[in-house]
Amino acid sequence: MTTDLAVDVRGLRKSYGDHSVLDGVDLAVPAGTVTALLGPNGAGKTTTVGILSTLLRPDGGTVRVAGHDVVAQPEAVRAAIGVTGQVSAVDDLLTGTENLRIVASLHHLGRREARERADALLERFDLVAAAGKPVSTWSGGMRRRLDLAMTLVGSPSVVFLDEPTTGLDPRSRRALWGEVRALVAGGTTILLTTQYLEEADRLADAVAVLDGGRVVAQGSPAELKSAHQAGSLDDVFLRLTDPSTLSTAEQSTEEVA
Amino acid sequence: MTAVAVAPAGRPLADTLTMLRRNLLRAVRYPGLTGFTVGIPVVLMLLFVYVFGGALGAGVAPGVTAGAQGRAAYLDYITPAIVLFAVVGAAQSVAITAAMDATSGIMARFKTMAIAPGSVLGGPVLGTVVQGLVAVVAVLGLAVALGLRPAAGAGGWLAVAGLAALVTFALSWLCVAMGLAARSVETASNTPMLLTALPFLGSGFVPVETMPAGVRWFAEHQPFTPVIETTRSLLAGTGLDTSTTVQALAWTVAIGAAGYAWSRSLYRRERR
Ligand SMILES: Nc1ncnc2c1ncn2[C@@H]1O[C@H](COP(=O)(O)OP(=O)(O)O)[C@@H](O)[C@H]1O
Ligand SMILES: [Mg+2]
Repeated sequence: MTTDLAVDVRGLRKSYGDHSVLDGVDLAVPAGTVTALLGPNGAGKTTTVGILSTLLRPDGGTVRVAGHDVVAQPEAVRAAIGVTGQVSAVDDLLTGTENLRIVASLHHLGRREARERADALLERFDLVAAAGKPVSTWSGGMRRRLDLAMTLVGSPSVVFLDEPTTGLDPRSRRALWGEVRALVAGGTTILLTTQYLEEADRLADAVAVLDGGRVVAQGSPAELKSAHQAGSLDDVFLRLTDPSTLSTAEQSTEEVA
Repeated sequence: MTAVAVAPAGRPLADTLTMLRRNLLRAVRYPGLTGFTVGIPVVLMLLFVYVFGGALGAGVAPGVTAGAQGRAAYLDYITPAIVLFAVVGAAQSVAITAAMDATSGIMARFKTMAIAPGSVLGGPVLGTVVQGLVAVVAVLGLAVALGLRPAAGAGGWLAVAGLAALVTFALSWLCVAMGLAARSVETASNTPMLLTALPFLGSGFVPVETMPAGVRWFAEHQPFTPVIETTRSLLAGTGLDTSTTVQALAWTVAIGAAGYAWSRSLYRRERR
């Protein structure tokens, strides 16, 4: 079953004006696995996620998600995916419960089902205590968990997470890793972007390194390390990415570390 | 991979009602904005009736003397303009809502979901119509409390409310577009301010005949004047002037259609 790809990207191109961001990206994510998309700041990770989630239009290439073409069948893609963007997408004025119930209604769950689904997700993400308070009063980690919970309301088969753990404390980060593992164990496919190479190493079945508009390496963390005779993904990353962008990548990794 | 039941492009009615629910919840959670939309026209009405009314009232109707008689005549005269003011104020607030949703990432979330695309902006617009009607009822209630005794029957009152709802709906689409076009929430709250000036540059507060030629031409041809005049006739219970009523409706439909088309194209635009 070589064709069972949840994400299948070939020759993807995208530019903003005459600034070419993606210049022939190939990326394959087998169903039921986790792939981490790495790359220095500005490499085009968010742009790639935007195209995969039908927010942005590709300029060239073919992009299929859950078996559907993102340009020809965006509705079918949307019905299959869940997205947690880099920018938090929760409604600050509403409570956690209200946020989840609204999203449940948008998935056309009945009143009672919506209620049950919201309660179950609050429980699962350890948000019960604060559920009735406006989200504006919540901590960053709690908001991120709610963000993910809202993404999962519709039980998506493919989930995109754009830097889901950036800015989280170690405990929240680990909790989120646990969630990702549980989702994959349940058959969900996940593509996440991250600045933390350790995160990719621990969590991902496969890693794809994006640089200069292309995927310059894709494989399991172990494969990449041995292919580049590197002791860590850090070294692989440093060897593969364009030295001109290294300073920013290094800076940002240090800043958040 | 689990087979996903492919949903149709959302359910327009159900999705719009869900989005309306979200916006009404937001209005309840953030009563400041609603308070503003009711408070400003109320203050304006008190100011115009009690401070300016005594003097200005003598100029709006023949045979009226300054003082108490002037105030009563002026209350009569400006009520339609204050109603429109309430409508404009409500519509302005939806520009802020739209800008907040666009910049916060929640609109991006909605765009990645299999829902009816029109509901994402349609919900806030309908929520604004509800808020506008609340403000209009408050203004009319105050006017009656201050002594307004309109000749309008039940049908006339309903027509006043219906016209106000229609104008709020149309202006809201325009303001949604202004909110989406704005780069920040601050800009979004400023751009529609221009609309606030329009009732003054029309027949809302003084008869257009008293204005110099250029201003008068503008006042006679701008969209709010026929709306104010139609409301005035409805409240007074005098018959409607066909040409004025048609102009009022035509402007409203044109503004709504243009605002809707502009909003839709901005919504479809790629945005970070
Ligand atoms: N809407 C846009 N208009 C112009 N340039 C953009 C836009 N979005 C992204 N870019 C540029 O595209 C490049 C890739 O951005 P992004 O996908 O956010 O990278 P990453 O997520 O890997 O940090 C950056 O140089 C960024 O400045
Ligand atoms: Mg990014």
